[in-house]
Amino acid sequence: MKVGVLVFPGSNCDRDMYHVLTDVFHLDAEYYWHEKELPKNIDAVILPGGFSYGDRLRAGVIAAHSPIIKDVQKMAEKGIPVLGVCNGFQILVESGLLPGVLLKNESLNFMCEWTNLIVENNMTPFTNQFKSNEKIPIPIANGEGRYYVSDDALKELKKKNQIVFRYSEVVNGSANRIAGVCNEDGNVVGMMPHPERAVESDINPIDNKPSSLIFESLLTKMGVSK
Amino acid sequence: MSLEEQELSELKSKIGRDPTFTELQIVAAEWSEHCSYKSSKRHLKMLPMDGPLVITEKGYDSGVLDVGDGYVVTAHIESHNHPSAVEPYGGAATGVGGVIRDILSAGTRPIAIFDGLRFGNIENDLQARWLFKNAVTGIADYGNCLGIPTIGGEVEFDECYENYAMVDVAALGFGKKENLIRNHIEKDDVVVLMGGSTGRDGIGGSQFASDSLESEDRSAVQIPDPFIEKLIIEAVLQARNDGLIRAMKDLGGGGLSCAVSETADAMEIGIEMDVDKVHTRESDMHPDEIMVSESQERMLIVTSKTKLKKLEEICNKFRIGCSVIGHVKFDNQVHIKKGKNTVANLPADVIANATLLDLPSKEPSYLKTIETEKKFKPISDYSKLMMKLLASPNIASKIWVYGQYDHEVGIRTVVKPGTDASVLRLDNGKYLSAKIDGNPKQCYINPREGAIGCFEEACRNVVCTGAKPIGMLDHLQFGNPNDSEIFWTFLESLKGLTDFAKSFEIPCVGGKVSLYNETPAGPIKPTPVIGVIGLIDKKPSVPKRIFENDCLLIIGDTKDELGGSEYFEYIHKFVGGKCPAVNFEDSKKNMRSVIDIIDKNLIKSAHDCSKGGLAIAVSEICMTNQIGCNVSLDVVPGEKLDVDRVLFSESHSRYLISFDKKNLAKIESVLKKNNVSFNQIGHFGGEKIQFNNNSKSVIDLNVEKANEIWLHALPNLVLHGKKTV
Repeated sequence: MKVGVLVFPGSNCDRDMYHVLTDVFHLDAEYYWHEKELPKNIDAVILPGGFSYGDRLRAGVIAAHSPIIKDVQKMAEKGIPVLGVCNGFQILVESGLLPGVLLKNESLNFMCEWTNLIVENNMTPFTNQFKSNEKIPIPIANGEGRYYVSDDALKELKKKNQIVFRYSEVVNGSANRIAGVCNEDGNVVGMMPHPERAVESDINPIDNKPSSLIFESLLTKMGVSK
Repeated sequence: MSLEEQELSELKSKIGRDPTFTELQIVAAEWSEHCSYKSSKRHLKMLPMDGPLVITEKGYDSGVLDVGDGYVVTAHIESHNHPSAVEPYGGAATGVGGVIRDILSAGTRPIAIFDGLRFGNIENDLQARWLFKNAVTGIADYGNCLGIPTIGGEVEFDECYENYAMVDVAALGFGKKENLIRNHIEKDDVVVLMGGSTGRDGIGGSQFASDSLESEDRSAVQIPDPFIEKLIIEAVLQARNDGLIRAMKDLGGGGLSCAVSETADAMEIGIEMDVDKVHTRESDMHPDEIMVSESQERMLIVTSKTKLKKLEEICNKFRIGCSVIGHVKFDNQVHIKKGKNTVANLPADVIANATLLDLPSKEPSYLKTIETEKKFKPISDYSKLMMKLLASPNIASKIWVYGQYDHEVGIRTVVKPGTDASVLRLDNGKYLSAKIDGNPKQCYINPREGAIGCFEEACRNVVCTGAKPIGMLDHLQFGNPNDSEIFWTFLESLKGLTDFAKSFEIPCVGGKVSLYNETPAGPIKPTPVIGVIGLIDKKPSVPKRIFENDCLLIIGDTKDELGGSEYFEYIHKFVGGKCPAVNFEDSKKNMRSVIDIIDKNLIKSAHDCSKGGLAIAVSEICMTNQIGCNVSLDVVPGEKLDVDRVLFSESHSRYLISFDKKNLAKIESVLKKNNVSFNQIGHFGGEKIQFNNNSKSVIDLNVEKANEIWLHALPNLVLHGKKTV
């Protein structure tokens, strides 16, 4: 199976994600520059973190108009797993693939710290190996990470089980402490924290196993044995 | 912004004619203190620059160290003091940008940023608070966008920086030895300017930085664009992989003038270029403006004609400018044309080599009158005093600062900021540790011992991670060098650093001199900032959680050395006393011992004693581990001292070792064998930080309460103008 890692001008977690996919989980991964087309035989797509277009205008909004996003949309419709991390999440939201928006953190500062996630939806291609409410120690690093939706939309998200991850405590003022959501079909997932920074024990000061389940979920979904 | 009269006549005699206007601008930029090091260069040679791991190549802007298995680490340090004092956000951000391009020009990927920040007293100086807050945001916005982790640094406040800002940025790079740019040029090679467009920002920046800050010349401050820098990094590294770069230099101080003349001089070639070929931001720029503009995010690349097309394709992919501005000649001339007309034509070595000065020096009179001792009113409540110290801006936790920096990106950060030194993992299974340290309060009282102290402190910090120091970066920051007393302090600091570097066999792999750091109230205190890079072959010491009944041991003697200490200066408002001095033999023994016991996996963590002395160092361990500790001051090794001196002395070469009781005998046997001064001074447990003297309680603090104050004092002050204690 093959995972496409998209690269936009200003992406800066693409190499980290590629390392985790290939060296840690031994997957076949390939970079795709934002102007390229995605080949048909891709099994999953990941939009990594970074500062696409320097966060100009609004984080993710320019990259959301990249040529490659059309292909991502098509793949999303076909049910192929798509994961957006940090800036990747912002791009998915700006391109309309995921609901809501991401605003400046309540502190108005960039925040880099370790936090805990709670798994709310364990049915997605990136969470199927978790027990419900399982805790994930994981770092965040963002300036515009405060998830916002209207109250009505939030009710819809809850009803349709689209909230995937919540912070265990208030971190940045996100609505309902939301850290990650999915589309109605559940195959497109976006999250602000960085799983690729938490799956190796030597750089994870707490526990690297929970974050690893995000990638192991994808392997399971693809039918790849561990 | 021009040459001194005597320099002008020297230039005339060297070229045998009157210089053109453009030539004058080019030479003025290159002969500025900032670019030429004319006051300091002849003295800097005393530093040892060679070592078994050092790789030298002509024209490198950064130091290169061989870390084995075909890999190298590059390192450099820069400051951006003058611009940051006028426009802290842009000044600090472009400071990051400049040093990153120095790392890039060797052909290595930047993997870490360190920043040393110094401002006036933020407790009562609103300007200092504004400068601090914006400099931090500038660094965060730039480094975060590049995806290079900012993993360490220091923040200090002192009245001598009133209305001023000291922004030092160091960076590390990593790469394969075979990918290093060789800087070998051949006939018919072309000269390419890559990156952002050339505009009117930063005109005359290097001269601006070579003078006292008298006017707020905003046009001399450069405008940051981290997005373009990120694209340049990726484009350059791709071009490097494809073997398209023969030589490379970043555009920094002095802009094109310096980059072109220094490249020509270092490679012993000539360069002919046309200013009309430079991609500019505005259409009506004069040739001399184009030559001295310090617009950021630009690289000068020499490539062969055959590889030019591929280089252009890469720039095209990243949508960054790529102009062929000239070509290589072998006449050693820097020939600047505008279309067909020559606007400047000078020998490269004339431009690149200002006549070095031999400035006079004289011991400052203040050093003869400074008080060496003073009697203070007895302290009635040490616990209360401790709370005050924990909340003081220099001691309070800096998490508000490094929490705004992405310190995880790149997935190398094994030991995170907030400890003694951060640790990065390298691709060959080794680990790299680095730290920068300065101490202007001590350097003011004794420029020589103070500078050595900064060097040793940076070593101590990397040693606490289990690393052996392999290289040093020095950043020497002083006031106006034409003042012989200031120049004396520069020389003393340099001599001290040289002695230490030679004795410890730590080569200087890079450095910078920043002079003319003057505020309206006078010169800054001598502010050398020293970076030390350490290498760990096996496993780093990652601090492990301390539990009930774990032991605390101190290595090193505590002496009557409180000159420049936070206790004297913050609590007693006393500038004076005896500056801590490093005993080289003890220092070596202690370092070796700490590395030894870390190697043998006997300890949970090692922490150095520095600002605030033993009392603060112990508190920091307790607060980060959320556990109490009971310390007996009467068993602390060293001179017999009053209790306040034992608590707050800032003597060097001291380490606090936390470990499981069962390892005590093994640790003691290593320390005894190495013949170092040590003692077990306490044990962990409970919820209180307690210091006793002959079983009499001296300090009794609740850990959680202390932690609250320590963590929140800085943001309370910066964001709300509120003093915590």
